[in-house]
Amino acid sequence: MEEEKKSNRRKFLQLTVVSGAAIATGAGLRNAFSEPNSELAKSQNAGESVHALTASGDLVQVDTAHARAVVHHPVTNDEARTGIAGKRFVMVIDLAKCDGCKKCTVACQKMHFTPKDREWMKVFEMQDSETTPSYWMPKPCFHCDNPPCTKVCPVNATFKRQDGIVLIDNERCIGCRFCMAACPYSSRFFNWERPVETPEMALTPYSPEQGYPRRVGTVEKCDFCPDMIRQGKMPGCISACAMKALYFGDENEDAVTNSDGETVRLSTLLEQNAGYRYMEDLGTKPRVYYLPPKNRRYPKPDLDHAASGHAAVKS
Amino acid sequence: MEITPVEKIRADFLRPITPGNFGKTSRYWVIGLTLLLCWGIFAYIYQLRTGLEATAMRNYVSWGLYISTFVFFIGISHSGTLVSAILRITNQEWRRPITRSAELLTAVALMFGGIMPIIDMGRPDRVANMVIFGRVQSPLLWDIMCITTYLTGSLLFLYLPMIPDIALCKERFAKTGSTFRLWVYDKLAMGWKDTPENWRRLERAMRVMTVMIIPIAVSVHTVVSYIFAMTLRAGWNSTIFGPYFVIGALYSGSAGVILTMSAFRRIYHLEEYITPRHFDLMSKIVLSLTMIYAYFNLNEYWVPAYKMESHDGILLSDLFSGGWSTVFWILQFGTVLLPIVILAIPRGRKPVGATIACIIIVAGAWVKRYVIVIPTLLHPFLPIQNVPASWSSYFPNWVEFSVTGGALAGIFLVITLFSKFFPIASIWEVEEGVHLAKKGLVIPGINTQNGADDRSSADHSNHKPIPAVQEAFAK
Ligand code: SF4
Ligand code: SF4
Repeated sequence: MEEEKKSNRRKFLQLTVVSGAAIATGAGLRNAFSEPNSELAKSQNAGESVHALTASGDLVQVDTAHARAVVHHPVTNDEARTGIAGKRFVMVIDLAKCDGCKKCTVACQKMHFTPKDREWMKVFEMQDSETTPSYWMPKPCFHCDNPPCTKVCPVNATFKRQDGIVLIDNERCIGCRFCMAACPYSSRFFNWERPVETPEMALTPYSPEQGYPRRVGTVEKCDFCPDMIRQGKMPGCISACAMKALYFGDENEDAVTNSDGETVRLSTLLEQNAGYRYMEDLGTKPRVYYLPPKNRRYPKPDLDHAASGHAAVKS
Repeated sequence: MEITPVEKIRADFLRPITPGNFGKTSRYWVIGLTLLLCWGIFAYIYQLRTGLEATAMRNYVSWGLYISTFVFFIGISHSGTLVSAILRITNQEWRRPITRSAELLTAVALMFGGIMPIIDMGRPDRVANMVIFGRVQSPLLWDIMCITTYLTGSLLFLYLPMIPDIALCKERFAKTGSTFRLWVYDKLAMGWKDTPENWRRLERAMRVMTVMIIPIAVSVHTVVSYIFAMTLRAGWNSTIFGPYFVIGALYSGSAGVILTMSAFRRIYHLEEYITPRHFDLMSKIVLSLTMIYAYFNLNEYWVPAYKMESHDGILLSDLFSGGWSTVFWILQFGTVLLPIVILAIPRGRKPVGATIACIIIVAGAWVKRYVIVIPTLLHPFLPIQNVPASWSSYFPNWVEFSVTGGALAGIFLVITLFSKFFPIASIWEVEEGVHLAKKGLVIPGINTQNGADDRSSADHSNHKPIPAVQEAFAK
């Protein structure tokens, strides 16, 4: 029953307006587009109707009061599990440029409606040894190529896709938290509480590719924003980085791009800057590369005032 | 009229379960346990409604008291296998009066141990996913397979030798027992007829089970350890975790057997059957297991401590001299070395001494599980920075204590109710022991079939009077 209702809602939300005329005449609908999911648009335009195409290809007529703009098509669960063909996504983080402003964290939280205490993209204040200077280290999920987290999942709720991304299906996860214990990089978070949902969020159909609406008792983490990638956009953190320290791209194309739109060759970038992966010795083969914090032009983090926790590894 | 030893044995072991023999103390005990269990269930329902937010677990310490207790209960469940199977295989005559209580402890601890991970689950409503989408590559699936196999095995192992006794109960309480009770006996006796053929089959089934249950038990705690050992975390990433957990299980489990022995002996006045000699022998078993456990402890901590490799080093410093040091050293000296000292001296192996040593061991084993799980989770590779205070420390809250306490009460409750319904020792095996003793047949390697046939001939008239019983057990 519950399932049925959900799938109806999904079908309904997948309505795509095809008729140009309908758009031209349906001023109300345009409003609805510009203000997606707005309660206001709903109340103003009741009574008008437009033609729309369902995901299954049927042309239907809907009242504009019920029409919701489709921000993007949520892909099917199968597609979300396979990934985008021909791609191998990578991220490069230039520690020399990061000044610890945490704009990436904020953008990520906004995009994924994450509660404040949960930072999928977290900026650490690191100090490798007592004699080396401290530096900032933004850390997403590394989308490891030999992921300890997906290995242990008893139900295949978290999985590795062919494009390199590691995702979680929150509608399958049983909440055993084995993956949290297995992830060496503390990248995973648990929905301990019942999530607080805005009406808009509740209306969005769930997809592992965007990770919300949240499900209580399941695990979540940085997902490399596959929903944005499908729209040809950059992950939230990349676009938000004011220092242009974050690069994102495709290993197969050997190209990565930063928030400035500056595209560089991945191999050259790594070669010229001595790129490395965090804790390479663990053999997890992260898909996130770091460029060492050399020649920084911002003050180093004040570790004495850092919050709880010992400062990184002292070797 | 002089009563035969067989009659005496039957009378002594059937007395606690005689209908109407449910004293005031037992009643209060059962009511108390039921209340605790209900409180635990209430706390669990609260947790279900709130989500796991109701517990003290947070993102760093994502496993807490529940998983530690899971490991502890499964460890305790290794008692029955050790005592029953190993002592049966080696034809240890003295095992006879204590096998059933050991097997009972195994089965019950296993049942409640198996529930703990489900209590810990964020989405218990999706438990079926484990079957629908189950991945055999996950250690959790290995756990489920091994634990269900072991549970089935130990229930059988408990049940098989009970059949003749249940048939006896059915016959004895035919007049006094309630309809329900007789119905249960009738169903469980499975038409036992006391024929030689019956006995032959029982013996054969027992032989098979005895051999099978040992490797199964070893597999169970090995895969329980794999939940930790298959990760890259400091403190868990260890190659000896499998055998370390198995020996830890045997050590706490055999101590658990002494505790059940001690309790039933006092409560049901079985001093004649469970003698100081039993305590002495069991204590020696516990002693050697504790020493092996101490040896494993040494390997587990000393080898990495010598090297102080980066992350292991941070964790070990915290255990040896940091925030965890008090509890760590209490565990090492108080619950491992101290019991060794107590059990090494003959007086310490007397019923009182052994009971005290085993209480220490069992309590210590529980805390030790906690100290395996929590400190590692509090020492991730990346520093814990800028997180809410509740994430960077852990102590179980009332919900976790209530639910865990409820599970413990459940274990006591099931054991108590069992002992009010079924004989707490294997009557026929004790009788068999008396026959063998009488015939001078108590020699390892001799097929105990003889005794069984003897009994089934129902010729009890020529048995020696009561002293034979003491003779068999008090040697
Ligand atoms: S960083 Fe952690 S969560 Fe992400 S893929 Fe690697 S092991 Fe899995
Ligand atoms: S918590 Fe969910 S995703 Fe993680 S291992 Fe368990 S079932 Fe898989």
